[in-house]
Amino acid sequence: MIRVQGVEKRYGEKRVLRGLDLELERGGFLVVTGPNGSGKTTLLRLVVGLAQPTAGQVEVAVPRGRIGFLAHEPLVYRELTALENLDLYGRLYRVPERRERIGMLLERFRLWEARRERVSSFSRGMLQRLALCRAFLHQPDLYVLDEPFTALDADGAALLDRELAELRPRATFLVATHAASRFAPLATAQVAIGT
Amino acid sequence: MSYLADVGALARKDLRLELRARDTLPAMLLFVVSTLVVFHFTLPQNASRLAAFGLLWVALIFTALLGLTRCFAAEREQDVLDGLVLAPSDRSAIWLGKAIAMLAFLVAAEVVALPAFALFFDPGIDGRTLAGVALADLGICTVGTLLAGMAAASRARELLLPLLFLPLAIPIVIGGVGASVNGGARYVEFLVLYDAIFAIISWASFEYVVTE
Repeated sequence: MIRVQGVEKRYGEKRVLRGLDLELERGGFLVVTGPNGSGKTTLLRLVVGLAQPTAGQVEVAVPRGRIGFLAHEPLVYRELTALENLDLYGRLYRVPERRERIGMLLERFRLWEARRERVSSFSRGMLQRLALCRAFLHQPDLYVLDEPFTALDADGAALLDRELAELRPRATFLVATHAASRFAPLATAQVAIGT
Repeated sequence: MSYLADVGALARKDLRLELRARDTLPAMLLFVVSTLVVFHFTLPQNASRLAAFGLLWVALIFTALLGLTRCFAAEREQDVLDGLVLAPSDRSAIWLGKAIAMLAFLVAAEVVALPAFALFFDPGIDGRTLAGVALADLGICTVGTLLAGMAAASRARELLLPLLFLPLAIPIVIGGVGASVNGGARYVEFLVLYDAIFAIISWASFEYVVTE
């Protein structure tokens, strides 16, 4: 589903990735680890198409609309409510039975009570839950997740564990993390970059 | 139809954000009214219509520029533009939604600015002037939104946007002043042509502005 061949990425003089190769089959769960600045986030941005490699090739056999991307930032508008943000993305992603799906996700990620509050009033953990709702909203075929457990409390982390275990048989996952052990029960492969 | 639905959803979102945050339109209103007040007191009593309309267009262009600098501010926060770019909808819908919202802000500013201009300068605003303003608005918003998108990706965006926008706004000022003062249909036609050309260029090129 994903093939990365000899990929190099430079930002000006700085080389972030050098000659990276990796492959992820459909249904696989690949965990990418590496120290800060090793290029994990850059790799994910290359895979989802937000960046282009300086050299090498990135092939992703999934259309843009079937990718669920969880970034460092939550990618939501601060002055809109959780409901309004998800409704906007639901429309753009043409989510069938949008309202029901949004309601279910907000319930599941325990944001239902805060659904009409502006995102600017959310805590970092609530923002991360909303970002997960946004990434999972259109039931993608490929999940590209950058540090999905960031800012989640024990409850939130347990929730995400359950959600990932449920989604695992139905989708392909590429996850960048510092905590690879967290994904050990789910992962089919692990790659360390920048080491 | 889904393209128009996307554009509608994106434009509504921008209008809603402005209703909540109120950080673009009030600034535009304040700027255009205060500029006209200053011009009213600095322009001599016997100044020509040409001078008065020239000042109106200066005020309108810089008011639009003020709005354009805020055009992608909400998307810059929390990298929301990445989220929109990844959606399966045509990326030009982002540009068109923004341009429509920007047009609404500019028209709202002009609803206040034009009566104020008429009150201060009594220049005789006719149908050709209004047609010129409407067509100029379209041009400003189509080109301006594209350039605001370009500038948003840059660190020096506050500097870059005027540098890119003002040279491209010169034909709009020429067409607008010409339509207002000379009353010539050819200036209106010139603005129609400008709008058509830059709308097509902006629509076709926005994808390359928001992707690496």
